[in-house]
Amino acid sequence: MSEKKTNRRDFLFTATYAVGAVGVGATVWPMIDQMNPDASVKALASTEVDVSSLTPGKTITVLWRGKPVFIRRRTQEEIAEANSVKMEELKDPEKDEDRVKDPEWLVMLGVCTHLGCVPLNDKGDYNGWFCPCHGSHYDTSGRIRKGPAPTNMEVPKYEFVNESTIKIG
Amino acid sequence: MKFFFLKLLSLTVLFISLSFNSNSAEKVEYLKTDWSFKGLFGKFDRGALQRGYQVYTEVCSSCHSMKYVSYRNLAEKGGPEFTEEQAKAIAASFEVTDGPNDDGEMFTRPGKLSDKFVMPYENVKAAQAANGGAYPPDMSVLVKARGGGVNYIYSLLQGYEDPPTGIDLDEGVYYNKYMYGNKIKMANQLSDGLVEYADGTKATVEQMSKDVTTFLMWTAEPHLESRHQMGFKAIVYLIILTILVYFSMKRIWSRIETEV
Amino acid sequence: MSDQEYIPKSKFGKWFNDRLPLLSLASHLTDYPTPKNLNYWWTFGGILTFCLITQIVTGLTLAMHYIAHADMAFESVEHIMRDVNYGWLIRYIHANGASMFFLAVYIHIFRSLFYGSYKSPREIIWILGIIIYLLMMAAAFMGYVLPWGQMSFWGATVITNLFSAIPLVGEGIVEWLWGGYSVDNPTLTRFFTLHYLIPFLILGLVVLHIWALHVPGNNNPVGIDIKKPSKDTVPFHPYIVIKDGFALLMFMIVFAFFVFYTPNILGHADNYIEANPLVTPAHIVPEWYLLPFYAILRSVPDKLLGVIAMLSAILILAALPWLDTSKIRSAVFRPLYKQFYWILVADVLILGYVGAMPAEGLYLLIARVATAYYFLHFLVVLPVLGFKEKTLPVPLSITEPVLGGSPNLVMAKSKESMKQ
Repeated sequence: MSEKKTNRRDFLFTATYAVGAVGVGATVWPMIDQMNPDASVKALASTEVDVSSLTPGKTITVLWRGKPVFIRRRTQEEIAEANSVKMEELKDPEKDEDRVKDPEWLVMLGVCTHLGCVPLNDKGDYNGWFCPCHGSHYDTSGRIRKGPAPTNMEVPKYEFVNESTIKIG
Repeated sequence: MKFFFLKLLSLTVLFISLSFNSNSAEKVEYLKTDWSFKGLFGKFDRGALQRGYQVYTEVCSSCHSMKYVSYRNLAEKGGPEFTEEQAKAIAASFEVTDGPNDDGEMFTRPGKLSDKFVMPYENVKAAQAANGGAYPPDMSVLVKARGGGVNYIYSLLQGYEDPPTGIDLDEGVYYNKYMYGNKIKMANQLSDGLVEYADGTKATVEQMSKDVTTFLMWTAEPHLESRHQMGFKAIVYLIILTILVYFSMKRIWSRIETEV
Repeated sequence: MSDQEYIPKSKFGKWFNDRLPLLSLASHLTDYPTPKNLNYWWTFGGILTFCLITQIVTGLTLAMHYIAHADMAFESVEHIMRDVNYGWLIRYIHANGASMFFLAVYIHIFRSLFYGSYKSPREIIWILGIIIYLLMMAAAFMGYVLPWGQMSFWGATVITNLFSAIPLVGEGIVEWLWGGYSVDNPTLTRFFTLHYLIPFLILGLVVLHIWALHVPGNNNPVGIDIKKPSKDTVPFHPYIVIKDGFALLMFMIVFAFFVFYTPNILGHADNYIEANPLVTPAHIVPEWYLLPFYAILRSVPDKLLGVIAMLSAILILAALPWLDTSKIRSAVFRPLYKQFYWILVADVLILGYVGAMPAEGLYLLIARVATAYYFLHFLVVLPVLGFKEKTLPVPLSITEPVLGGSPNLVMAKSKESMKQ
């Protein structure tokens, strides 16, 4: 081979590589993005729930975005208990009044913040919820009190459409 | 090299023309009109899409379902682009069957954006029973399901004529010069002034045919606009990169005596 | 392989390479001595690799959204087209990618036919290629069934019914293929499974195909054996890589045009109608790339013989290295073979054309003549030609003078033919 020595990586090659890399990136993105929630999933973002039949002390579980949502009509004792807790006792300090719109109604994602199991109702050392997977205890406000879970159960975006209907999402 | 690509091109053209031949069996010359969505930069005419939606709802939808289209699509980019409020109002004007509720019963509620277009009949059998045995095809992808595409649908809607002498039509069968075999079970649906367009456009048969066909093109290809835009960018990009690679190749091969 | 032992420079490289010689492999692939006179017809090997990877990647992503159930398949495809992020793009690339794959493979096969690349010592490469081609057809056919449109359903019905031509056990085999008494849900799910599997079989065979290629090295337009590495070769990287890359980009421009501007032109409108076992479409036509074989099938008036003829048309290719008796590889130095080669190209194109037309009248007659000629070419013309043909003098090497005659004349001639 009669090769002329060209060690210099000149502008032409750099430009070719750069433009080529842009194209590869632009091609890879659709293949990744296709796994994100699609348009039909995003469109189902809200659910309306009829809560008129719920008496104090009862909880219903509804499905929202494929996850359980606990809606509990709390008794006066439960509300009082939730309010009496001192902030310094909490792992993830949050006032009960910041977690509810109407103290009687507690709406939260029924997903343990440890690894995503569904906690059991009316169980545990704090009269709230207990996660059977790894033993996290939640109080009557859904706040983590004992166990491996790092944070309180999440409160989704919701609103009262009228006296008997809650719209989640 | 010049000859190489020339040959490749002619082979490609030959194959394409072959597949054209295999696709178009009908020999009738369809009516033509200028479609805004054709060509490299083709886009839908929003007005036509909104009017076409009106024709579909007021005329076609009493028999033809459109089960793959959702009300939310009406507000999406690249479509009729109704405002979100308009789309919500449209959805709410339909009764959607939902359920079962906690008592195990189905119930109806006003439509939501996430709902699919409400179907005129429960199922294919019901549609057939109500239409003398002929199933009015679902219109979601109708344009792509017909060899002649938009021109065929556009022509068909305007192709009703009195049958030529010698052709006997059964009860409930009509003569249409663009229909395959000329016999169609759908009666002529359009007549001048049948709908009243909100934007004041005169609702001639031709206008309505064009509008509703445009609407059907969109329902069949809801991403047509982004496809055209992305395609133009992709091809320009590829041409630039091809030119760069061509010169890089020349540079590399210049190290040896062989011509590339 | 003939290249010298590769010794990694770094200590870790040495340690790793002694245990798994990946670096040796990479070095073999980059340094692989390639004839320097390869023309653009040789770039289709690289293009085909691109096609296979594209189909696998887009296929995997589609499979994440597609539902292989008779009641939901059509709907899930529409879901992909409408709702999935970039779903329409991925599906159109996959659907048109199949056509581009076949376009490239036909060019690749006909390049091999022209330059005699199937001849000794490359028979195994050729036979592996034929197997890949057969698997491609199977994968393409089953993939076409998956959207569960009218053409999917009736194509599946017609093709699986070919097996009923087998005497005695035919009917049983067809029911076994269907998993029922007609094409239905069990058929769809098994076709999906196989459609998913076959590309990986193809990938494995492609590795073998390339491995077998790297033993004798590439054939070249002159068709002579060359010493490697020598003045006649260049290292694969960067010379061939950049050339393949350039050709691939040209190919991608055509590909992109189909995907973005005429994505449905190579398909059939009927496949946008959901499968209906009660109504057969007016014209059942396979995809364009299967049309020549479809024409052969229909040109024989007997069911069993038609199927046999169609299968033989493909399998006869596997015997090609032995049917072609000529000692000279490249058609450049075989003036008569060159004529017959172009007649064969025309013959196959004619078969493709009549395959798309109704099987009646003049079309049927043309199909029969073309079918007869197809077999004549392989069974009579090629064996006889090897003995009778007066070939032109072949150069000793790509760069060095030619044995007998003026070197310039022959070189000029070969150059001219390469450029045709």
